Amino acid sequence: MNHPTKPRILIQNGRVIDPVQKLDRVTNLLIEDGKIAAYDVALNGQDVVLDATDKIISPGLIDLHVELREPGWEEDETIATGTAAALAGGFTSIACIPNTDPPIDTQAGVEFVQHQAERARNCNVHVLACVSKHRKGEELAEIGMLVEAGAIGFTDAERPIHNPELLRRALEYCLMFDKPILNHPEVLELTHDGIMHDGLLSMILGLKGLPTEAEDMMTARDLRLAEATGGRLHLMNISSAESVELIRRAKTRGVIVTAEVSPHNFSLTDESLRSFNSNCKVNPPLRDQRCIEACVAGLQDGTLDVIASSHAPRASEKKMQELDQAPFGISALETALALVISELIEPGHLDWDSALEKLTVNPARVLGLAKGTLEIGADADVTIIDPHHQWTVTRSSFRSKSCNTPYLGRSLKGRADTVLVGGEVRFQVS
Amino acid sequence: MSFELDEIDVIPESWTRSHLLDLESLSAEELTTILDTAGRFKEATRGCKKKLDVLSDHTVANLFFENSTRTRNSFSLAARRLGADTIEFSSSGSSLSKGETFIDTAKNIEAMNIDVVVVRHATPGTPHLLAQNIECSVISAGDGPHEHPTQGLLDILTIREHRVNLAGLTVALVGDIAHSRTARSNIWGLMKLGAHVIVCGPSTLVSRRWEELGVEVAYNLDDILPRCDVLNLLRIQFERQYTRPFPSVREYALLYAMNGDRMRRAKDDILIMAPGPINRGVEVTPDVADGPHSVILDQVTNGLAVRMAVLWLVTGSRER
Repeated sequence: MNHPTKPRILIQNGRVIDPVQKLDRVTNLLIEDGKIAAYDVALNGQDVVLDATDKIISPGLIDLHVELREPGWEEDETIATGTAAALAGGFTSIACIPNTDPPIDTQAGVEFVQHQAERARNCNVHVLACVSKHRKGEELAEIGMLVEAGAIGFTDAERPIHNPELLRRALEYCLMFDKPILNHPEVLELTHDGIMHDGLLSMILGLKGLPTEAEDMMTARDLRLAEATGGRLHLMNISSAESVELIRRAKTRGVIVTAEVSPHNFSLTDESLRSFNSNCKVNPPLRDQRCIEACVAGLQDGTLDVIASSHAPRASEKKMQELDQAPFGISALETALALVISELIEPGHLDWDSALEKLTVNPARVLGLAKGTLEIGADADVTIIDPHHQWTVTRSSFRSKSCNTPYLGRSLKGRADTVLVGGEVRFQVS
Repeated sequence: MSFELDEIDVIPESWTRSHLLDLESLSAEELTTILDTAGRFKEATRGCKKKLDVLSDHTVANLFFENSTRTRNSFSLAARRLGADTIEFSSSGSSLSKGETFIDTAKNIEAMNIDVVVVRHATPGTPHLLAQNIECSVISAGDGPHEHPTQGLLDILTIREHRVNLAGLTVALVGDIAHSRTARSNIWGLMKLGAHVIVCGPSTLVSRRWEELGVEVAYNLDDILPRCDVLNLLRIQFERQYTRPFPSVREYALLYAMNGDRMRRAKDDILIMAPGPINRGVEVTPDVADGPHSVILDQVTNGLAVRMAVLWLVTGSRER
């Protein structure tokens, strides 16, 4: 079968940063046939020339924790709008979690998501399927068949794998397929009816707290089971200082584990709930300054491997309810990169190389994807970042169907300027 | 024939609020303005019995998303004592069960040319969200365990009627602090006016974190009792519990019920208060509730005075 030839693209004068190659220099990058073809190529009649002067050329960003909401919750997001939001946020590949209705626990479900993503032709979409049948936490889903259909990892999304025996079996069973289990650590008995971080402010406001212990206890359990089984465990949504320390110690002991933190958990505290704004209601909750500092330290020393958006779009009519009725979640794809730049790189907490590592090759490794690098021969998934652009978050800046963000009105620095997927320009700022 | 008094026609310059959502954000001066105004209204209405005419042509809507009889009746009567019309809206649980958000519900009611919305809701922050989303004045009649500002004010007014100065008084709030909006409003109001506040109750319902705000935390009522000028006995809110915070009501009563025996060890002029409804035999025994130190029924009358004052102040500052 003859594929139409893809255009030859030259990206000129950009600062290429590729953590895998330990590369950080200004150069020209040539893309041919959807692959990275060569460096230091001169302008020579290429089909498309992209000027990246004063911009950063990064391997395409990868987000391993995205809710696309389709099927079932199309009022929040569809695969088309969610992947458009991902592209605009600079992400060339995302992994979507299966808290859909029905949940993605069958081959047909996996294939539906893949087909919708192909139709949308935005970013690459990889499917994380359910660990348990119907996401009920009782028995294993048909993991082998789901792998056959293309699932690249397993999670029950925001529902913690409550039964430790089920998690043990899942970790053991997935060893056969070399796939990761992603778990959201939260002991639900300790967070019943919780709305915000359990602390001084929750006491003052009379809002039920989600204590850090609830996260820490399951983190500790999960680490122990990962150690015992040798399975591939990825901890989602780490937000507590003690959990960061537990993971650090486990890694020192040699436990195979990865962990993620979301931008809102390193940039906002529970003080945001003073306004009773339901867009600040997220799980894990916005915690205190001490937890933020611990998460930043965890990113600095590699305890936290991945920055994931934890994109959870929710329709405005759901968020307009009373705070206890309003669902958890932040529409995060389109602010994630700017928050990494504004909150981590600009203040000097992380350098570009280490920040991009957590947005590219590290999530690729968690998912077992041969992506996240600009090595010659790699898929030409490229994000050209304008690190200087100052912008204000408004409703109209969102391509996501939902703009449930606590950052409305905030001025942020940096954005994706041009995004290439498989050697095609799929997004460009106007 | 309505009764008017010249001196309450003028709202103090320092009062600029058109909502009353909590006591945490009020200054001592603002608290004093409300209390003084309430005192004058009480006098002008001869103990909240007569009608004034200061809010004729105004309509007050009571939006009660949570069951209440006494607070709602108190607000209704206060509004009518000032000459305002009232409308009543009550619904239990989330308005979304009927397909609209509570903000939609409030906007619909506001469209009937309402001047003040009095809102009671089981969820903290609901009055604040309404104030952000509708044009008219919003008065909180209690938002979950967060605050119940008029209850805090009427408690403080009652104390003030019996003691000239709040500064230096020791006031203990006893019982379920964790779930009590009355406790939170009392804590803020009393502290701002210079009183020493103790929160006392089972350690599962009284957080140590209150100390960070300058509140004394005690678990043994008998230890603090001799020092207290006022005891405010809060109801155990069984309806807000998930796991029972103490083993039995019997054990609670043994440790915390104010009874005749404990009264003998209290100060001679101690005031016994309760926001009601009281569980007789749980937080207070009948001999104490009905005894000479009890000011529980004064609180009810003062509730009317405080609510008249608040209705008048929030509408007045908007129209100024």
